Amino acid sequence: MTGLERPGTGPLNEGPAFPAMKSPGPIDPGAPLEPLPGHSSRGRLERVLRAGEFAVTAELSPPDSADPMDVFDRAAIFDGWVDAINATDGSGANCHMSSLGVCALLTRVGYATVMQISARDRNRIAIQGDVLSAAAMGVANILCLTGDGVECGDHPQAQPVFDLDCMTTLAVLSTMRDEGTFASGRRLDRAPELFLGAAANPFAPPFDYRPLRLRRKIEAGAQFVQTQYCFDIPRLERYMERVRDLGLHEKCFILVGVGPLASARAARWIRSHVPGVHIPDAVVDRLAGAADAREEGKRLCVELIQRIRDIEGISGIHLMAYRQEESVAWIIAESDVLKGRTPHAVHPVIPDYMRRKA
Amino acid sequence: MWSMRDWSVRHAHHLARLYVVFEHLMVVVGPLVRLIGHDRLERPVAAVERTIKGTLFDCRMCGACVLSSTGMSCPRNCPKDLLNGPCGGVRADGTCEILPDMTCVWVKAVEGDRNMGGGTIALLPASDHRLVRRSSWLRVLRQRSAERAR
Amino acid sequence: MKSPGQLEARLAAGDFVITAETTPPDAATSEAVMERTGCLKGLVDAVNVTDGAGARTHMSALPCAAILAANGIEPVLQFTVRDRNRLAIQGDMIGAAALGVPSILCLHGDSITKGDQPDAKAVEDTDSRGLISMARQMRDEGCLPSGRTIDPPPGLLIGAADTPRDPGAGFNTDGLDAKIAAGVDFFQTQFAYDIEVLKRYMAALDDHGITRKTRFIVGVGPIMSARSARWMDANLFGVHVPEHVIRRIEGAADEKEEGRKVCAELIEQFREIKGIAGAHMMAPRGEKAIARTLTDYRIRG
Repeated sequence: MTGLERPGTGPLNEGPAFPAMKSPGPIDPGAPLEPLPGHSSRGRLERVLRAGEFAVTAELSPPDSADPMDVFDRAAIFDGWVDAINATDGSGANCHMSSLGVCALLTRVGYATVMQISARDRNRIAIQGDVLSAAAMGVANILCLTGDGVECGDHPQAQPVFDLDCMTTLAVLSTMRDEGTFASGRRLDRAPELFLGAAANPFAPPFDYRPLRLRRKIEAGAQFVQTQYCFDIPRLERYMERVRDLGLHEKCFILVGVGPLASARAARWIRSHVPGVHIPDAVVDRLAGAADAREEGKRLCVELIQRIRDIEGISGIHLMAYRQEESVAWIIAESDVLKGRTPHAVHPVIPDYMRRKA
Repeated sequence: MWSMRDWSVRHAHHLARLYVVFEHLMVVVGPLVRLIGHDRLERPVAAVERTIKGTLFDCRMCGACVLSSTGMSCPRNCPKDLLNGPCGGVRADGTCEILPDMTCVWVKAVEGDRNMGGGTIALLPASDHRLVRRSSWLRVLRQRSAERAR
Repeated sequence: MKSPGQLEARLAAGDFVITAETTPPDAATSEAVMERTGCLKGLVDAVNVTDGAGARTHMSALPCAAILAANGIEPVLQFTVRDRNRLAIQGDMIGAAALGVPSILCLHGDSITKGDQPDAKAVEDTDSRGLISMARQMRDEGCLPSGRTIDPPPGLLIGAADTPRDPGAGFNTDGLDAKIAAGVDFFQTQFAYDIEVLKRYMAALDDHGITRKTRFIVGVGPIMSARSARWMDANLFGVHVPEHVIRRIEGAADEKEEGRKVCAELIEQFREIKGIAGAHMMAPRGEKAIARTLTDYRIRG
């Protein structure tokens, strides 16, 4: 096999979601899709969303390893189940393989990736350079984040950068894409084609301000948002009501974050240690009372997804199953969130030199 | 510990009015300032500014004051230096994820904005790190006199 | 072997190596990288990829290096401390190794005020020595500075920068010794157009036992014109272009041609100097001029 053959089509891949993808191509699996009018990127995630499909993205936590196979193995369990894979950027201020490195590996074999870029570790010179190169490697989606404080991570003595914030990062990246210039005004020879995203947290105070903050992110350039973990449906419903009043759901695709909790103890730990995650007591009690908490956590996640799917203005879910990645396929299948649709499967052909030596 | 800062947010509308008066006053003394020279005044004015704004707002002397766009709550006190709204890590009681004893400066900013009549929070551009430790008042004064000269 | 690269293998074998420098393009395609740098393929042992040279944004160095590696050009990835804190740098080092980058060069980086976005924040969470010891610790001990394991660790050959100078009274090698102790495997130097100074410098390093501990790849490049030689002499830190070299280029019918010839002659002289392990060719946006010098004068590593 050469690395250049189109990945095979398995049962999961019958009837790709988009006609444009049906055309058989010799193509390098990492090549961008044909440009489409009304689309700012050439990636699959934007197509799925603009076609009005309910999208599913999942989060991959980068390995502490310099072996590319560790990245490919982690991505393989999502293959054919999700529309794009987020690679986190030093989440929790802990050091791992960089999001750019993970995305560069994944796009090479054909995966759709969302590169997360946090303002914590890089100044504007590095951020612009990284995004330009990510685009050159075939990354179509960028998620702009502020990032967790270095104080929470494993290198608390590191210098927090925060030269830009997520809002100004969005503005700088939209300028690069739309005007074809750097923030300094210097011209780019070729502008990056990007689908720009941001994070949102409807579950943290000040609650009244959160929808306005979303509007501001949209003004700065956000085309999609992925939210923090949702365990509180009434809170989400109130937020979405305000979002619909402001008409924001028509300007931006909203993907709600969900994930399975492993146990009541894990829920309590997350609640007190992970900034910005709100878990109501009822959820903790339900896990505490269950015979098999892990099973109950997955079941709860399925129920949440089914309720989230019915809220007007929500375009998809973002699955964050930290250390339970193997349950993602089950959760997606069980919740029937895709309603019979099958996301594009890559069936990656890994170049020989990247394979583990026996 | 942060009582003075809280007081400023509670009285944001008065402070905003005071700032308008102060700005007019600065334009009036403009010619005098030009006579002495901006550069010569930089250090003494910055020292006065640090003292006054340090007391009222816990000013960090970023040199690019944006208090009137942030409800008189200084965003430079945010450990993440966020100029455009709160991060997703605000705790349920409105305190900061990194400094649990401190109310999030953006929770305060939204309160100050309400006290100022609402709608004052503006989208701010990326900051210019060359201005750090310089006087923001003199910078505004220089801008105003340049505008008037035109 | 510490890294999977050719550069290390050739240095270890005692061969004279040729490295070159490229600056990533201001474009969001991998074709643009190969258009600019492809001309060096097969001519050099490795190509350095600069990281925000002159404090100006370009495509970032890591993916540019990955694109080169995937296209059969061995990269040396440059890291500076100006734009990223240690979390970002460590993540990028691990990612670089996974993407097939075998060597890195640890630098401080040009000052932010010299670039086209002087309002940006300079990070400087650590210094070049800090970069070196981070990379060495990750490679040799298989863990991050926090102690967390990296399995497998990134196999990176670690380089640092140096500036040849006249070893006058009070000459010492404390700076070099500290970098070597931190974990440097090779040095690449600033332009050395003054061969007499270089000879004296290398002799002094030899006296101090430095050349036995590490390898020196000395900087040089095709000079574009007498004007550019004057500019380098006046503006580049630690660079001295002797007046006779400038006059020689000035007097030539084709200044560019003469500049390449000067460069080729210097490289031949480098081979004779004890302690020099190779030539590092630099020319801002001059990848083609470098390639031409190497082919016209049949310079091989």
